[in-house]
Formats: sequence, structure tokens, C-alpha cells
Amino acid sequence: MGSSSSSRNKIPNAQELMDQTGFSSAHLLRLYDRFECLDRDNRGYLRQDTVDFSSFVRILAHFRPTDRNRNKEGTQQELPNSRTRKLKFAFQLYDLDRDGKISREELLQVLRAMLGLQVTEEQLQSIAERAIQEADLDKDDAISFDEFKKSLEKVDIDTKMSIGFLK
Amino acid sequence: TNTYHLSFHVQAEMLDFLLFGALISAVDPVAVLAVFEEVHVNETLFIIVFGESLVNDAVTVVLYKVYISFVEVGAENVQTADYFKGVASFLIVSIGGTMVGLIFAVILGFITRFTKKVRIIEPLLVFLMVYLAYLTAELFSLSAILSMTFCGIGANKYVEANISQKSRTTVKYTMKTLASIAETIIFIFLGISAVDKSKWAWDTGLVSCTLVFIFIFRAVGVVGQTWVLNRFRLVPLEKIDQVVMSYGGLRGAVAFALVVLLDGEQVKAKDYFVATTIVVVFFTVMFQGLTIKPLVKWLKVPRATNRKPTINEEIHERAFDHILTAVEDIAGLQGYHHWRDKWEQFDKNYLSKLLLRKSVYRKSELWEAYQKINIRDAISVIDQGGNVLTSARLSLPSMASRASFPEVTNVTNYLRENGSGVCLDLQVIDNIPGAKVEEDMETHHVLAGNLYKPRRRYQSHYSRHFMPLGEQERQDREVFQRNMRSRMETFKSTRYKRHKKERSLKKVRRIKLQVTSPPTSSCDSLSLCSDPVVVPVETEDKAEHSDPEKDEDVGITFIARKAETPKQRPKSGCQIPLLPPPPPAPPSPPPASSSPTSEDSHLPWKGSLGSPPPCVSLEATKIIPVDLQQAWNQSISSLESISSPPAPAEPVHPRVSALSRLGGPRPASYTPPGSAAGSTFSIGPQVSQGSFLFPDKKKEEEEEEEDVEGEWLRRCSRSCLP
Repeated sequence: MGSSSSSRNKIPNAQELMDQTGFSSAHLLRLYDRFECLDRDNRGYLRQDTVDFSSFVRILAHFRPTDRNRNKEGTQQELPNSRTRKLKFAFQLYDLDRDGKISREELLQVLRAMLGLQVTEEQLQSIAERAIQEADLDKDDAISFDEFKKSLEKVDIDTKMSIGFLK
Repeated sequence: TNTYHLSFHVQAEMLDFLLFGALISAVDPVAVLAVFEEVHVNETLFIIVFGESLVNDAVTVVLYKVYISFVEVGAENVQTADYFKGVASFLIVSIGGTMVGLIFAVILGFITRFTKKVRIIEPLLVFLMVYLAYLTAELFSLSAILSMTFCGIGANKYVEANISQKSRTTVKYTMKTLASIAETIIFIFLGISAVDKSKWAWDTGLVSCTLVFIFIFRAVGVVGQTWVLNRFRLVPLEKIDQVVMSYGGLRGAVAFALVVLLDGEQVKAKDYFVATTIVVVFFTVMFQGLTIKPLVKWLKVPRATNRKPTINEEIHERAFDHILTAVEDIAGLQGYHHWRDKWEQFDKNYLSKLLLRKSVYRKSELWEAYQKINIRDAISVIDQGGNVLTSARLSLPSMASRASFPEVTNVTNYLRENGSGVCLDLQVIDNIPGAKVEEDMETHHVLAGNLYKPRRRYQSHYSRHFMPLGEQERQDREVFQRNMRSRMETFKSTRYKRHKKERSLKKVRRIKLQVTSPPTSSCDSLSLCSDPVVVPVETEDKAEHSDPEKDEDVGITFIARKAETPKQRPKSGCQIPLLPPPPPAPPSPPPASSSPTSEDSHLPWKGSLGSPPPCVSLEATKIIPVDLQQAWNQSISSLESISSPPAPAEPVHPRVSALSRLGGPRPASYTPPGSAAGSTFSIGPQVSQGSFLFPDKKKEEEEEEEDVEGEWLRRCSRSCLP
């Protein structure tokens, strides 16, 4: 017990992080070890000083499995692993220029990254075209977050966007 | 050793009971499959129960064999080492059986890679290799069922990609038939045994205890094991799932077969066991099988979602997989996605190269999914009377297939069979690169050639009519007429009034268009002037429409044009038995004007402009989902913006012109070359209102639309499911 609390002291804002993200202390420790492992130069930041440990944890918190046993408290929405937040995260991955919409070009980039070598450019275009037409409800030729959410309403995001974090 | 007497009759020892326990616990895959398919529980649950029943063969048969050998040897001679050997043999048998199966899967995949020239033997190969897997496992006393199962599982991906669609169908339905036959035989045997008193002996105590215990102990086993599993699962198994899992353990043919195979000399209580097994099987299959569906409903078990596949879901699900793999990597976890990704890499780089045909190897899954979705949409349009014409003038006389195969399912298969390379992409109209046109041309020829085959057998009844355009047009007309006829038959039975109205709408529309044929053909009994088949329908329909339907849907804009000369319908030509004898003279066609005439005003479907032009039936608007309608509108408007007519200005294919002449549905997207209707087109510019926009539906329509669409799509998806 003593060792774990002292290592928890290594982590800045440990309690706060646990409350915000819902990770347990065991998880947090493990993530901290991983963080140190990735952070080879021991600078306290990853990726050219943009990601510190708390952002690391916060981002990974998106992928926690949704707690089903929780009753619908108000705090449920704030947790990073709620369904909306997960979708928002994925949405931000598509939306590269941060304008709140996935344009055709951005969708094409994602498709290209996923399929690039296997399909021709025209095929990619038609897939992107179809995807936008299916999802785009307000006819602005781009997919906003709400449209994105709506197009995925039948998919079980909780399962699809979750990883089992080991203790 | 003790001899346990349940009653005064049953003489069985511990080992005998162990043996009996082993065989009675076996969950039967066939019974489970039959029941669960009906019930439509969610996939996780189904896979768990069905998987258990498939794999438990290893356990059951191994245990059975072990105990049989113990019984033969006699309980007193069994040493402790033998128990360990029993456990070891279980491991060997199951893992060995699996390996044999996988080896044969690889062999099978490899062989089917080269069967392109010899398609006919593909089903045979599949059967033989799987049977060979079974025999080989039997030869080495390994688990034969596991071997077959894993052969199938392993080879599935590669064989399915390699063999032709026809072979796939053959294999699937042959196996289903054989399985059905085998299962029937076993249950007949079961029934006969139940009646034949010489084969069993009744013991109330044994039977009742067995019934109670199997239920209790199964529940205990399930609960215990899920507790263990839930510590590792991402999505824990709920109580409800556990209830369904324990209730869904149906015993069936395996247990019965095993008990009947017991040696009566060795196992003295065999007859009692047989009776008990029969009762157990009857009870579980009938009682539990029948009640599981209400139970599932009562417990509100999450059901299988039967959703229409959308391209968005496909794309994003795949993207999520990639994202999660990356995240797992970052977080240093070696979780599910990590291993899955590794496997997929291995598969892509080695296995698929070895086992997949070259042409198949290059296709990507997402593209396949996309094409499937497209084909589904196209089929739904075609089936309901629309016509799918891409910019490359792909004309699909789908009426042909409709006449030959009355069910939707076959159209799907048929089209997929012939058009697996087809890009029936309604949305791809903007880019017209050369390759696409060529592809479409080729596809058009392929489809035209193939879809035509069933037609040739039918003798045209209307050969007496002079058809200036030749043989093919005759067949087209024949096709068209047959389709109309079959449609009338089908539509007569639908309960939606709308459909009936729709049909008659279409008919009348076509009639009127027909009546405005060019005056070139003179009016005599042999001329192609009007389609005698069609005209009488008009009157019939008019009579039907004496009571106008409630005008909640937007009607088709009906443009009527005055015909130059009133056509006499030759009495000799009318051969449709369904139609009432035609009135002496066709009703005089209304004057050519775009405003509703007095006659037209009777037509209850008079709607506003902007409703779909005659070429797309209202049915099609109902079937095409709302969001696609918007897509349609977009495509149409984009098409219109193409000022010049579609690129390779080849002469209009005679079939297209014939169909138009017949008043067949003209595609909205088709702009006749030269824009002003040429002499080949009797239908004037009124009809070719370039774009139509799907009308904004009112609320009630949408609900009904959903019903129709949902029902249709359910049918379609059921047929499309592998």
C-alpha cells in the first residue's frame, strides 16, 4: 500500500485525473509507466512537448468501456468515455481543419489512408460521394457532428470504441 | 464398488452414470440453430450458444469414449493414471481434430484458387475435401466433427472468394438439404424408438431426476463460467444473457445417437438410459424450444438488429478498428485489436497470396461492401418499375427477370450473378471518365446478353403484329407485357391501396403515352399503332377509380397528348385473358395540353408539378429511402448542369428506343440526344421534363413508406444474407 501511494505521488494531480477520467489508481499507474516508457528523453512531454501526462490520460480515457452499471447521474455526460465524447473524438480525427465539419476532401483523405493502394481514385471518389449523400441532411456537402452521430446511431459505439485496459 | 439402485430396476454403477451424464449434457447444434434462428437474439448470444454446441462435440465424444473404455475394462481396473490419460486424450483429440481441419482448409483454399476453368467441379471439391477432413480425423481417432467445423471455418473466406456464385449457391443449398434430410432421419428414428417398446424401459425416478438435474446443473455451470469470463470480457454478459444461455441448451440428436450406440452387454441399464434420453430430447426440444421465444420477448433480450447497411457505417467501423489498433499500441496494451491487426497483416501478406485467386486478391472489402449497397439500391429501384440508366445508357430490361422469377430474391441473385463487376452507381454521374463508359458498355452488353436468355424460350404471342424494328423489339414488348401482367397479379393481392392505385397509374400513364404514338403508322389492325394489350386496361382502371383515393400522396404529373388519329384496336390481337373484352372504341385521347383536361380531371392522381415524371413510379419513390431521394435529386440536378449530351454520342440503342416507343419507363436522367425529341421518340418534350425532384413527403407518407420500404428491405436482406 505504501509503495503504491508513494508512486501515486509521482503523478501530478492524480486524484483530479481519476475523478475526471474515471480511471482507477491501478490503471493510472500503469499508464504512467507507459508514459515514462514512451517518453524516452524524460522530458515530461511526448511528441515535441505537446502532450503531457494529463492530456495523455485524458485522451486515452475516451476509450474506456462505458460503465453500464452507473445510473444516470449528471456526471455521466462529463466523463470522457460517454458515447457522445467517443464520437466526438473520432469526429475530430476526421475533421483535420477543425471547422466542425467533415468535408469531402477530408473524407477522401481518410479513405485514401485506409484503402489507398487497393482502390482507384475514382472508386474512392464514388465512395466518398455516396457517404456524404447518405449522411448529409442539411445539404451543405459536408458532415457535421450531428449528422455524423445520426449516421452511426445504430452502431454500438460502446463496444466498437473501447479497449479493455488491463490493471 | 457400490451399485446404486435408483429404484428396483435400474442397475447402474458410478461409471455408467458418468457415461450417461457425459452424453446427456451435450447441447445439440441443430436444435439450437433451429430455435435461435427463429428467435433472433443478438449476435453475441447466438454465437455463444451456437459455438458451444459446435465445439462441445470434442468434450462429449471424448468423454464418452473415455468412459466407454473404462466401462469395458471394468471399474475396478481403472487406475489413476488412466484418469490423466483421459484428460490428455481430451486435449489431443480436440486440438488434433482442429489441426486436421485447418490443414484441409488450407488445401481446399489452395485448390479452389485454380478452378477457374473447371467451375463445374467446385461444389464437388468442397464437399469432398470436407468429407476427407472428416475421414482423416476419424482415421486417427481424433474429433471428426471439430475437424469438419474448423475446415469450414478456416476455408470459408478463401473458398467463398474463389468459387463462382453458382457454386456458392449450390454448395449452400445442397448442404442445407443434406443436413435437413439427416436431421429428419434422426428424429424419425427417435420417434420410432419412442414407440417401439422393446427398445427402452421406463423408470420414473431416473427420468424425473434427470430432467430436473440437467436444468439445474446447466444453470450452475453457465453462471459459474460467465463469472469467470466476465473478468476478461469487454462487454460483460448480463444476467439476462445467462438466462437465455442456460435455457437455450437443447439436447438433440447427438445425445440420442450416442445412447443408442451403447453396448447393451456392457451397460446394463442401457434401456433405461434410452428412455430417459428420449424423454429429455422431447422435452427440451419441444417445451424449451417452444417457450424460448416468449421468454426472450418477456425478458426483453436485445434482439438482432436488422439494419439496412449504409456506407457510412462501413467506413466508420473500419476507421474505428484502425484507430483502436493505434490507441492500443500507444497505450502499450496488447489487446484484441492488436492481435487482430497482426492476424490481418499475416493474412494479407501470406495466406491470401497463397490461397486467393489473383483477381480476387486485389479487391478491397470496403469497395465490395460499397458495391453491395449500391446494387441493393439499384435493385430496389428496378424492381419497382424505375429504370436505372447511368450516363452510359445502361438499359436494364429487368422486366425480363421479373417475369421469370417472381420473387425478389432471385432478382438479387440473378443480378449479382451477372453483374458482380457492375457499378450500378446511381450517384456516379458527374465523372465520366473513359474507363467508366467502357465498363458500363461492357456491363450493359453482359447484362443484356444474360438477362435475355430466359426470354428466348417464350414464344411471342404477338408475332402477328408488325414490328418494324425487328426481332429484339418483339421480345422487349413481350417482356414488357408479361411484366405488366405479372405485376397486375402481384399487385392485386397487396393490401396497400396505394399499390393498386400505383399500378393503374402506371398503366394509364403508359396507355396515354402509347396513344400518342407518331402518326406514321397507319391505323390498321396490323400496325404497331397502339398496344392493344394496354388500352383496355385503361377502361378497367377508370372504372376502378370511380372512388378517388384520398389524395394524400403527390400524384404523378400526367401529361396527356392528343393522338393524331383514334386507334382502332384490332380484336384479333387481344390475347390477355385477364382483361375484360375491350370496348368497341378506345376512349378519345385528350387534347394535347399540359393543363388538366376534363377527362384528366377525373383522374384522382392529378398532382402538382414537380412530382416524379412518368418514368419513375411512385412506388420507386416509396422504395428509395428518403436520403437517397435527396441524392437522386442532387444527381439529377447535376446531370442537368451537364450542358452537352453524354459523351460518346452513339446512336440510341434500339432497345432503348423500343422501350420508349412501348411507353416503357424512361429514365429521368436520360436526355435524348439533340434534346428535342427526335422522330424516334413519340413521347414529346412534355415527358422529358429533365429533372424531377422527389416531392417532399408528408408525415403519413413517410410512415407508410417506412413500412413498405422496411418490409421490402427485410425481404431483400434475408435473401442477400449468406
